[in-house]
Amino acid sequence: MRKWLVEQEFVAERDVDRCINCSVCVRQCANDVHLVDEETGCVLSDSQSCVGCHRCTTLCPTKALTIKSAPQEFRENANWTADRIQGIYKQAEGGGILLAGMGNDRPWPVLWDNMVLNASQVTNPSIDPLREPMELTTYLGRKPDRIELESDGNGGVSLKTQLAPQLKLAIPIMFSAMSYGSISYNASLALARAAQAMGTFANTGEGGLHKDFRQYAGNMIVQVASGRFGVDVDYLNIASAVEIKIGQGAKPGIGGHLPAEKVDAQISATRMIPEGSDALSPAPHHDIYSIEDLRQLIFALKEATRYTKPISVKISAVHNVAAIASGCVRAGADIVAIDGFRGGTGAAPLVIRDNVGIPIEVALAAVDTRLREEGIRNQASIVAAGSFRSSGDVIKAIALGADAVYIGTAALISMGCHLCQKCYTGKCNWGIATQDSRLTKRLNPEVGTRRLTNLLRGWSLEIKEMLGGMGINAIESLRGNREHLRGVNLSDRELNILGIKAAGE
Amino acid sequence: MTQDIWRRDAHRKWIRPEKDQSGCAISGIMNEDGSRISGEAIITSIENMHDRGNGLGGGFAAYGIYPDLPDHYAFHVMYDNDAAREKTERYLADFFDVEKSEMIPTANLAIIRRRPLLVRYFVRPKDEVSQRHYDLTEDDIVVSNVMYINADIDGAFVFSSGKNMGCFKGVGYPEDIGRFYRLEEYQAWMWTAHARFPTNTTGWWGGAHPFGILDWAVVHNGEVSSYGINRRYLENFGYHCTMQTDTEVIGYLWDLLVRKHKLPIHIAAKCLAPPLWSQIERLPAEEQELLRTLRIVYGGALLNGPFSIVVTHSGGMIGLNDRIKLRPMVAARKGQTLYVSSEEAAIRIICPTPDKIWRPAGGEPIIGRLQSKEVVNA
Repeated sequence: MRKWLVEQEFVAERDVDRCINCSVCVRQCANDVHLVDEETGCVLSDSQSCVGCHRCTTLCPTKALTIKSAPQEFRENANWTADRIQGIYKQAEGGGILLAGMGNDRPWPVLWDNMVLNASQVTNPSIDPLREPMELTTYLGRKPDRIELESDGNGGVSLKTQLAPQLKLAIPIMFSAMSYGSISYNASLALARAAQAMGTFANTGEGGLHKDFRQYAGNMIVQVASGRFGVDVDYLNIASAVEIKIGQGAKPGIGGHLPAEKVDAQISATRMIPEGSDALSPAPHHDIYSIEDLRQLIFALKEATRYTKPISVKISAVHNVAAIASGCVRAGADIVAIDGFRGGTGAAPLVIRDNVGIPIEVALAAVDTRLREEGIRNQASIVAAGSFRSSGDVIKAIALGADAVYIGTAALISMGCHLCQKCYTGKCNWGIATQDSRLTKRLNPEVGTRRLTNLLRGWSLEIKEMLGGMGINAIESLRGNREHLRGVNLSDRELNILGIKAAGE
Repeated sequence: MTQDIWRRDAHRKWIRPEKDQSGCAISGIMNEDGSRISGEAIITSIENMHDRGNGLGGGFAAYGIYPDLPDHYAFHVMYDNDAAREKTERYLADFFDVEKSEMIPTANLAIIRRRPLLVRYFVRPKDEVSQRHYDLTEDDIVVSNVMYINADIDGAFVFSSGKNMGCFKGVGYPEDIGRFYRLEEYQAWMWTAHARFPTNTTGWWGGAHPFGILDWAVVHNGEVSSYGINRRYLENFGYHCTMQTDTEVIGYLWDLLVRKHKLPIHIAAKCLAPPLWSQIERLPAEEQELLRTLRIVYGGALLNGPFSIVVTHSGGMIGLNDRIKLRPMVAARKGQTLYVSSEEAAIRIICPTPDKIWRPAGGEPIIGRLQSKEVVNA
């Protein structure tokens, strides 16, 4: 290998007393870190290409391996940190855009960690979810201001109002858009099955709906993105809802690129593009250059689906997100999904991932407030996305005003992802973000389904406990109920934007 | 404590920007045939639950008490001082024909100290005002003017604004407040009463219950854990909750659902305390669809957490518990009279042998309807 200036990021330490030279690590590492010394038969490591995914340490039968951050330290410099220097070395070498996978990893404040929840004491009894019903059922879609009834003259009434189509969620957590292509067949299958098992929804992302996954379409939201991959009238009509993808939190304002080498026969058929061709999603939709264009696409999709499906519009959280969301609702969106700047991705320019967009906490609060001020909050549901790490984050989002949340990274972690952030290399050792059949077979879809359903089940149990503690037994009584949140270590301005009081108030 | 704890500025000072929390006693009596009785019985009933209050608030609502001026809105107003009174009266004269104004009669009761100036007016919006706001009903005009006075005229607070009814309230034990207002001299076909036990607010005359807007009056025991969203839901429809009390949002929710959205009382009750999803799923298809749609559309109106309320209006009385019954409520009937109370003893002391006495299930409304008059939306 040519010697270059970029220092290795990790070092794979091998305890030779424990190593039995079984070569499991050699077979498991798609980055070729481990190799067998042909002369001695011993297994050695070259850590230069180690990404820190822990596949080898997890599978090593004798626990002989330890992955550590590389010991080489640059001269201490608070400004020029190692990653900045390494980034310049890489660009000086290649002259390109630095890529990154998964969400923003910079130490931006995470405002969820500055918000605390309420609980009942004395004046109000807490409710024990093990003894009392605790309701998480959520309906997403457009709601009228009021319902109208018809009287039968004898005191009985019947319903005159016909509701717009709604998505019924058993728990207010859905799986984010992750395309087949960016993740493997098995990962996609596990997400679809888990959504069905838990009464919630998975989102196809922009990669189309594989024919094998059509049986799960009752729990699938299909995406129409700028590349229009896999979109035809059957795709729209088989789904539970259609989502127009305008933006993604990890890379607001730019498009996407699935490299040609990942477009195999299956992906080619699903995306409806030639095998071995690059799948390029333009930055904007070329038929949406304004809000009135969005309205046309929303209604084109409503027409195509005969007004039987909610139409969602997914936008990334940017500076004017409140006004943009309001425009989307007035343009006819039944659901607005907002993706914050910590949201994940299979590949994004590093500089965009780490610098563009705003956190979901403030975006969500601003949108909910704006829609209420305009009296149109009931006209669309709000789905928040952009890094929900625990049920605590989820319940805080609901209290701020979200109807439901999308989880992506958390779902992948439950299937084994170790957040090495190298999804774009196609060498995912966990079989998730890859199309290499040697790697994809490592993820058993049944195991993946079980782990995903376990995660959702665990989070819903936790949400029920927290709701009961607040003296609430139906999730709609927490939605937008900011009385149950307090801020810690936030400025007046931030408290004001979040619409919450400071702890102690 | 300042000498003027009942004042509006005291309101700002003492009613902190945090939600009111209080335990309480409530009681209600209604003669469905419209026959009227004095305030003696309701005072006796609420006095029997003395220990459920702590002397920081008591109040009553009475219906049918102004038969001579039944079509005029009766404004009960508390004033800080004569300046506030002058300002309010000038304002009222601009927008309303004032048929009659007088001091609210009170007794000299040593125990009731530091009381505001209490005046009542019988008014109707001027024709020219109704003309100018042709898209509003008279009720809407009254609501917006009451909100204006309460929010923008310093030292004035309208605490009752319905027709042929009135709220009477203040800081003290309810039996003392009742005698202070000389309620034994009024005749009403429906009475409710409230004793307050606030835990986080100092008593303010305006903060006592009932909460009244138009002919709605609410007495309430409990703490609504959904308050934050109920309040924001109401803002969608132009209601501004300023008092930090559950009672206020409950009053506005009834006004929204019944007066504005024209829902029948029993359907409105299903919005505030809906059946569980699992219960809805067991119902016949048509009923399922109705209740599911109600929950989907009116999720922001669901009152969560413990409460028992008695809501009164010109058509009758509604008793309602939260859907898992976390606060006590007992109902009884004797002949044409309906009783609802926090405690059975408070009913038995005025009606020792009711025909029927029962504990309504959570979310099951007790509805009393005035028979002598066309009932609103029933």
